[in-house]
Amino acid sequence: MTHLAGTLEIEPRTLPSKGKVGMLTLIAAESAIFVIFVIAYLFYAGKSLSGPTTAILRPPIFFTICLLSSSFTVHLAVGALRRGRWAPFVGWWVLTFTLGALFLIGTGLEWKHLIGEGLTIRANLLGTTYYSLVGLHALHVLVGLVLLGAVTVFALLRKVGQAQAEKVDVLSLYWHFVDAVWVVVFTVVYVVGR
Amino acid sequence: MTTQSETWPTTESARRPWVDELQQWLTTVDHKRIGILYVLVAILFLVVGGIEASLIRIQLIRAGNDFLGPQTFNQLFTLHGTTMIFFVAMPLMFGFANYLVPLMIGARDMAFPRLNAFSLWLTVSGGFLLYYSLVGGYGLYGAGSAPDVGWFAYAPLTSKTFSPGHSTDYWTLALLVSGFGSIATAINIITTVLCLRCPGMTLGKMPLFVWLSVAMAILAILAIGPLTAAQAMLMIDRYLGGHFFDTQAGGSAVLWMHFFWVFGHPEVYVLVIPAFGIASEVIPVFSRKAIFGYPIMVGASLAIAFISISVWAHHMFTVGMTPAGNTFFVLSTMAIAVPTGIKIFNWLATMWGGRIEFRTPMLFCVAFLFQFLLAGLTGVMLSAAPFNWQLSGSYFVVAHFHYVIVGAILFCAFAAFYYWYPKVTGRMLSETLGKLHFWLFVVGFHLTFDTMHVPGLLGMPRRIYTYETGRGWEGWNAVVTVGAVIQGVAIVIFVINLARAALKGPKAGNDPWDAWTLEWSTTSPPPEYNFATLPVVRSRRPLWDLKHPEDPDWKYE
Repeated sequence: MTHLAGTLEIEPRTLPSKGKVGMLTLIAAESAIFVIFVIAYLFYAGKSLSGPTTAILRPPIFFTICLLSSSFTVHLAVGALRRGRWAPFVGWWVLTFTLGALFLIGTGLEWKHLIGEGLTIRANLLGTTYYSLVGLHALHVLVGLVLLGAVTVFALLRKVGQAQAEKVDVLSLYWHFVDAVWVVVFTVVYVVGR
Repeated sequence: MTTQSETWPTTESARRPWVDELQQWLTTVDHKRIGILYVLVAILFLVVGGIEASLIRIQLIRAGNDFLGPQTFNQLFTLHGTTMIFFVAMPLMFGFANYLVPLMIGARDMAFPRLNAFSLWLTVSGGFLLYYSLVGGYGLYGAGSAPDVGWFAYAPLTSKTFSPGHSTDYWTLALLVSGFGSIATAINIITTVLCLRCPGMTLGKMPLFVWLSVAMAILAILAIGPLTAAQAMLMIDRYLGGHFFDTQAGGSAVLWMHFFWVFGHPEVYVLVIPAFGIASEVIPVFSRKAIFGYPIMVGASLAIAFISISVWAHHMFTVGMTPAGNTFFVLSTMAIAVPTGIKIFNWLATMWGGRIEFRTPMLFCVAFLFQFLLAGLTGVMLSAAPFNWQLSGSYFVVAHFHYVIVGAILFCAFAAFYYWYPKVTGRMLSETLGKLHFWLFVVGFHLTFDTMHVPGLLGMPRRIYTYETGRGWEGWNAVVTVGAVIQGVAIVIFVINLARAALKGPKAGNDPWDAWTLEWSTTSPPPEYNFATLPVVRSRRPLWDLKHPEDPDWKYE
């Protein structure tokens, strides 16, 4: 038995990175989950029989700006790590984490306000669909923050270097996804659904 | 040059104590062992689900039977459906894909081996959660000890009012947990195929089983997300007081139907597409011809996956949709018959003029062709909305989907067992027992499921625990039950064959079928690392090239 191809050369090729393909596939699966929650929100918009209406929702403009700018900072952080520049990487990375955390605090404040107005998950359809959709997104932000935090710890311990740029880049894909989903959720809840 | 079947010397030739062996299996991240575990779990649940089906059939054998009460009957058909779909068919197909995809593309493992093990154990946990409700589902009010809401669990039956206790929650959790496992497996399969192919293995040279596994994984990713979301909503309704499916507060029961079937219909294709993959490997080898129309087969498979996402509401014609909605779902459902028909003709064209060997795997595939055609034809009948209005929710529908799931998917799974068992264990299954299994199963299958169409046409609704005399259903139901008994006997013979061959089957060698794909180039069973040196391929049939250097495939492809 000889080489399966015989003696002729097979042209060299590069296969895509496992991490990126895996993360993009995960993002596709997550998108399918979000689509169903978005459909439920839109389907039930304005169909609540009683209780508070969308008039009490206040668009979180500042916190949205925070989250969206964190996409730029994470991009800059990965770029810095690729070039092996540790200090700017840590700086941008910590800023990303802070912006994400600010967003989550903003969500908390907004929920506190809404609960004060009488909108709870069991109040009516608006409450059920609003807290589910925004909460599902907030859960993804929280997971992202845990992962960003873990990388921050490893970075401060000097365990993250140029060699890890690829892996950190995969994580940044997830973070971009969390931001992109917020654009959809914001549009659905605060623009279309009102 | 090195030989392909070369194995590196192992230091552990002595048998390890069984505790060590067990520990090795439970903590394994090897795709082959994970694949075997998936299949063993599937066989375990196949027996459980089969016993449930037998109990259902005993109850229905004659009119006015009181073998089971209505509550138990509801629990049994719920458990039977959920078990067979989520804990038999899916683990079987994921097990085959896990075992075969890396071997077929010349890789040493899946892309994420630990995630792979995690998926397996999530699936197993899901199965145990479902059955834990038998002991743990009593809840506060002593109501319900097993889920009894049917496998599609329509609202508002699943609300706290109608489903007190926790049995419905165990059902929900079982599907959520195993769903996460399935999504992770799908991610793993796609990543493996895109990133780990051996040199020369371009997408256009992959075996069709690999292509169909990718199509299955894509569908699983798109379909299981909605199921997960719907189950999360149901949990929110039941535990946090939400109103998604609460009609009293303006919620919609029909929305649950849409969410369930937008998962539920593609799910059928998640299961049948790998079955197509099995047929596409077995039929060429036993026809001694290369597959006919490879690019068309790939295209048709992807077309089936694509169209199957847009047909879900044909499960809901009787709910009452707009004429536009009805028309769309009638046409999209009928359209799916086109790529499916293309595939059937391609398999026939592969056999045409071939030197056909009717070994057991081939017998199962030939039966699959006939049965899948019939299942498809009743599918086209049911896709016509006016016909569907008459027969939706009747035994005609039950007969139709069992024709797909048993007649197509299970038959291909049996073909896969007989075809790849020598590779997995290194031993051959008995042809005599195999043929006995095949013929008994064919007879039992047709007695049960051909006959079952008739009481459906005579108006027998599904999910009734008993019926009156004088409706003309008794004789048919008795025949259906007799067929089920024969299928049970065939399954026992199959399990005996598996166990007997594992102990004293004749040695198989590397390539007992004179086949052409890469898994047959390594030893049986393959070493942990699959290939001592990574293979290099130049055509879709690398082993043909090797065996026929004077006339290799790559000259023509």
